[in-house]
Amino acid sequence: MALLEVNNLHKSFGGISATCDVSIRVEKGELHAIIGPNGAGKTTLISQLTGDLESDSGTVYLDGKNITRLPMHKRARLGMARSFQITSVIDNMSVIENVMLSVQAQSGHSFRFWQPVSAQQELTETSHEILVNVGLQSRSLHRTTELSHGERRQLEVAMALAMRPKLLLLDEPMAGMGSDESIKMIDFISSIKGGTGILLIEHDMDAVFKLADRISVLVEGNIIASGSPEQIRDDKQVRRAYLGDE
Amino acid sequence: MIAGLKLHGGVVVAILLLLAFAPFIIDWIDKPFYLDLVTRMVILAIAAASLNLILGYGGMISFGHAAYLGIGAYSIGIPAYYGEYDGLYQLAITIIACGSFSLLTGYVCLRTKGVYFIMITLAFAQMMFFALVSIEEYGADDGLVIDLRSELPFGFSLENSVSMYYLCFFILLFFLFIIHRLVNSRFGMVIRGSAVNDSRMQSLGFPTFRYRLLCFVIAGVMCGVAGWLLGNFTNFISPEMMDWTRSGELIFMVVLGGAGSLFGPVLGTAAFVLIEEVLSGFTIYWQLYFGLFLVAVVLFVRGGLDGLLSKFSRSDK
Repeated sequence: MALLEVNNLHKSFGGISATCDVSIRVEKGELHAIIGPNGAGKTTLISQLTGDLESDSGTVYLDGKNITRLPMHKRARLGMARSFQITSVIDNMSVIENVMLSVQAQSGHSFRFWQPVSAQQELTETSHEILVNVGLQSRSLHRTTELSHGERRQLEVAMALAMRPKLLLLDEPMAGMGSDESIKMIDFISSIKGGTGILLIEHDMDAVFKLADRISVLVEGNIIASGSPEQIRDDKQVRRAYLGDE
Repeated sequence: MIAGLKLHGGVVVAILLLLAFAPFIIDWIDKPFYLDLVTRMVILAIAAASLNLILGYGGMISFGHAAYLGIGAYSIGIPAYYGEYDGLYQLAITIIACGSFSLLTGYVCLRTKGVYFIMITLAFAQMMFFALVSIEEYGADDGLVIDLRSELPFGFSLENSVSMYYLCFFILLFFLFIIHRLVNSRFGMVIRGSAVNDSRMQSLGFPTFRYRLLCFVIAGVMCGVAGWLLGNFTNFISPEMMDWTRSGELIFMVVLGGAGSLFGPVLGTAAFVLIEEVLSGFTIYWQLYFGLFLVAVVLFVRGGLDGLLSKFSRSDK
């Protein structure tokens, strides 16, 4: 049984198909990358998977459970975490509070009214560990608005990771990063690879071919090819549509 | 920074001490009228603090919060009209009435965002206002006179203006303490998070609607208690208590004091009531100057009076 199984997913906006008949699978512990030119429907696909957008047709199974019509928060509870292409964090809180929120979201309901969160070690310690892992521990008490662009991207991933997801959806985690930061992020993603299934959307081809176990190519809402990095590199159709003739 | 905290904390402590000893100070300077002013201020501070919980921390800009002041006041007025003066009984009615009104309206309002939320909360409050205007039995727009204040257990009498004041003061302290605990708890984290980025909170796995709704209900009930005090204090109730201008004044108090800071609404209400009092002594057009003052605060002092205090605090470190 695949961790994520997407069958014939479809979404159109006023007659224009953003995703058309998309079927993909992500196995447990596998990193599956989706590449494709701008406007190919990559972010639409991610939004359909997380429940941000409702699909017109098709089905989505997470760990054997049909989640096609579930609201966003229920999918998250079932173990689906997402990082956003455009950084989306809670800007009136500190870095560690953002991560604590992610941890809190996965530890039961939040109808707890009395105990200050700062005194709850199960939140603070776990969050601190995660910040150490992504290398943001020195920024832990800063406001998110004081972070650099790259650091905000790291926080974005840290928040997704803090949810201890079964499946991690990374929407261009390297977007807008400098080359040093990108290298750090690639190292980081390969360090968490294997523990959790990852669906990665990325423009940076070096990163994709370094990290991916499998690659699918999305062009104009259609998956035109799917296979190992070697297969994709040698696929004539893909070269023509996306990589360009070298 | 530490010196700064001292100044900021110092002002808060000074205000609390002033309020704690207000009846003695007023007695000493022999101006009994001021006790009325301070009591009214404390009651409005409770209402503003409850609004701050949803507006300041929760990002829910309710333009109908005065409805709860009115419902609270009618929850004494109507029983008193039928000769029922038991304070706890009236308080129970207040809590049930405000709780159910906020639950029902919140369930609808919280499905909207931004300006729509503002308009729909206003609409519900106006419906309540016109409903009471149209009930002849309870005085319609002339209101009702309450001939006796609520009777409380242990012989605690609200007819004594000093006892009345201290009841208000302790309820203010109690509510501020509750709000303080709430906003720092897990519940408060969800409320504060969804104020700025609701969709992110949902993608983290929080069903934010139910938390926001509960917060809306808590704020409504707290404001209802303020209304219960206000009805007792003025011995008179009328639909005017829930007029939309009163809702606007409550928003002013919160913004003036500093939305999203615990003591901001207390500072804001104190400033509001005092400035209103002083200006209206000078000119009958005081509202014009008051309006200009508010515009200046909103434009130049981000974070209201509380923000101003912490700014001074930071610059003198």
